[in-house]
Amino acid sequence: MDFDLNDEQRLLKESVDRLILDQYQFQQRKQYMAEPAGFSAPMWDRFAEQGLLGLPFPEAAGGFGGGPIETMIVAEAFGRGLVVEPYFATVILGGGLLRRAADPAVLAALGPKIVAGKLKLAFAHIERHSRYDLANVATTAKKDGGDYVLNGAKSVVLHGDAADQLLVTARLSGGQMDRDGIGLFLIDANAAGVARRGYPTQDGLRAAEVVLTNARAQLLRDNALPSIEHAVDEAIAALCAEAVGAMQSMQDLTLEYLKTRKQFGRAIGSFQVLQHRSVDMLVALEGARGMAMFAAVMAAEENPLERRRAISAAKSQIGRSGKHIGQEAIQLHGGIGMTMEYSVGHYFKRMTMIDALYGDADHHLTALAGLGGLFGAAA
Amino acid sequence: MDLNFTSAEIAFRDEVRGFFRSAIPDSIRAKVAEGEGLTRDDMIQSQRILNKHGYCTPNWPVEWGGKAWTPVQVYLYQDEMQLANVPAPIAFNVSMVGPVIAQFASTEMKQRFLPATANADIFWCQGFSEPGSGSDLASLRTRAERKGDKYIVNGQKMWTTLAQYGEWIFCLVRTNTEAKQQEGISFLLIDMKTPGITVRPIVLIDGGREVNEVFFENVEVPVENLVGQENKGWDYAKFLLGNERTGIARVGMSKAKVARIKELAAIEQSGGRPLIQDPKFREKLAAVEIELKALEMTQLRVVADERKLEKGRQNPASSILKLKGSVIQQQLTELAMEVVGPYAMPYQRDFDGRNEPAIGPDYASEAAPMYFNYRKVSIYGGSNEIQRNIIAKAILGL
Repeated sequence: MDFDLNDEQRLLKESVDRLILDQYQFQQRKQYMAEPAGFSAPMWDRFAEQGLLGLPFPEAAGGFGGGPIETMIVAEAFGRGLVVEPYFATVILGGGLLRRAADPAVLAALGPKIVAGKLKLAFAHIERHSRYDLANVATTAKKDGGDYVLNGAKSVVLHGDAADQLLVTARLSGGQMDRDGIGLFLIDANAAGVARRGYPTQDGLRAAEVVLTNARAQLLRDNALPSIEHAVDEAIAALCAEAVGAMQSMQDLTLEYLKTRKQFGRAIGSFQVLQHRSVDMLVALEGARGMAMFAAVMAAEENPLERRRAISAAKSQIGRSGKHIGQEAIQLHGGIGMTMEYSVGHYFKRMTMIDALYGDADHHLTALAGLGGLFGAAA
Repeated sequence: MDLNFTSAEIAFRDEVRGFFRSAIPDSIRAKVAEGEGLTRDDMIQSQRILNKHGYCTPNWPVEWGGKAWTPVQVYLYQDEMQLANVPAPIAFNVSMVGPVIAQFASTEMKQRFLPATANADIFWCQGFSEPGSGSDLASLRTRAERKGDKYIVNGQKMWTTLAQYGEWIFCLVRTNTEAKQQEGISFLLIDMKTPGITVRPIVLIDGGREVNEVFFENVEVPVENLVGQENKGWDYAKFLLGNERTGIARVGMSKAKVARIKELAAIEQSGGRPLIQDPKFREKLAAVEIELKALEMTQLRVVADERKLEKGRQNPASSILKLKGSVIQQQLTELAMEVVGPYAMPYQRDFDGRNEPAIGPDYASEAAPMYFNYRKVSIYGGSNEIQRNIIAKAILGL
């Protein structure tokens, strides 16, 4: 048992930490967000040059064969930088869906394009009534010749406006809530019958509403739900790591502020009430860090029950820790923490949106309870 | 990064697991599982079995019965002991005074005390806190005045756990009233049979007698009972308090408690179905399980890091273990009490020694007392507020 990184992982961490430090200061991020696309195209190329876009893909698909630990390293650094490029949508979630659900031939065709920075993906799944349920799909798919024709509306598709291809869930058979009969499809985002309306999200990223009207699509996998669940679990593990990066930054910023801000003639960090609250932030952070590691280690687990328990436990912890640290970070900063010009509020907002991605703390607590918890005979 | 244990570590775990579950009497383990108090004989019997097989003092120096185990082995030993509901060896002997004597005392003192301490031939108790010195321990006032080859001890200790069983007490006493508080304290071993010592019980809110007041009135203690050097006692006390790093989180004990809560919640009915099927109850339990898993991860990180740290240095995360571990233990006693519903109510301590039948299920009688009693775990050993002060200073630099 050890928590050490191997040599390659250490190198990866050094390089991605350096990238964030050099290229992703708060002011630089503001410039990237001001680009027409809402992120920096040169930064995307930079990710490609550093091999980050190919990280989780197998070598046969032009990638570097990294696993959940490598993803954790990158995601944590991106959390500190509050990266706005569509890395999560394209590489982690989109790439994960391709790895888990698509034929090797499809992966081999699309992988190299992603790795080179030439192809962006988005996962179009959420519908008006689906909330966090991956099995709740009303969008329909009808076979038509060699293709399928899709009809339906998808909501809050992360980076759906920047995507070149959409990965879409649609129902081949069964009722709206059935686990069986869900297909995963690939659609050209600019194809006829695909209407997209892009918009910013609260945390400075982008999303889109997507309406599919007789849109022609390629079926990647039928009965795709188990594969989708696994890919989403891996994506959640990455979100947990990203959240830890964001929480660490809030903790660092807050401590720095407590040590420098003076009131009543002394640093406010000398007041015991603020010291104790800082310690409780640290406790929440360490709990989140441990659970993010647990999630990373369990993300590749093939036994879905074991994996879901671990992922739900981690996501729930991350949600609660993140809310606690975010709210306290703002409060301990006082007025300055409320301003758009200061960074801490942006971490708070990202943290809040991470909670709303693929199941919030309560959703995953309920899920874990339903699976029997983590310890003892019932688990 | 790898959370799996090596095959050698797994073999070690299986070995200690088998030992704990076969060598320690079921009757004793059942009492621990249900939170019933152990008798003095239970504690001594259990410790002697551990000691006979070399499983009592793994953290002591090898020449005095230690094992030189790796941090992972120590962790597995503690975890398996707690999972098996085996009583830990008497903490005052094995975790507190033993290591201090082994580290700081003369050879004669080691020979005199260490084997007897390991084998529970001496039942130790701890004389640290005083009525006026709780969190501010260094303000203690119990005096030890040197008169020839004796110290004359006067004063009062408080919260002395199991002093009613104690044959010897290790005390912090003031030997210099002129110096800075911390520099006038000595570490003294006192035979409880010495004239002038009075023990008076303090009954806690659960009705149990586990702590006491101990009064010293002109108690004569031979100077050879001084541990190490005079006025260095504060250093030894700090060593003692910092000695127990990971066991304090009691992750294994809490895991066993979760398993027991699930068993009992499958028996107890609520609204015509087992309580364990009640979504609200399940979620409350799951929430604590998540906290416990997070604590276990922190503990494993501390264990994994320990081999890399110089001796005596601590991983910052270790300071969280007590803070978090204590709260989780408390939450679990609360849930365990909730499991038995109205059967939490009968106060059955009054039945002790009267051979009357229990009211309600056997496992119900200790549920409420344990909940009441466990409010102590965030108070003793440096209250959680003191722990926060320490973390703020030592880790956060505030």
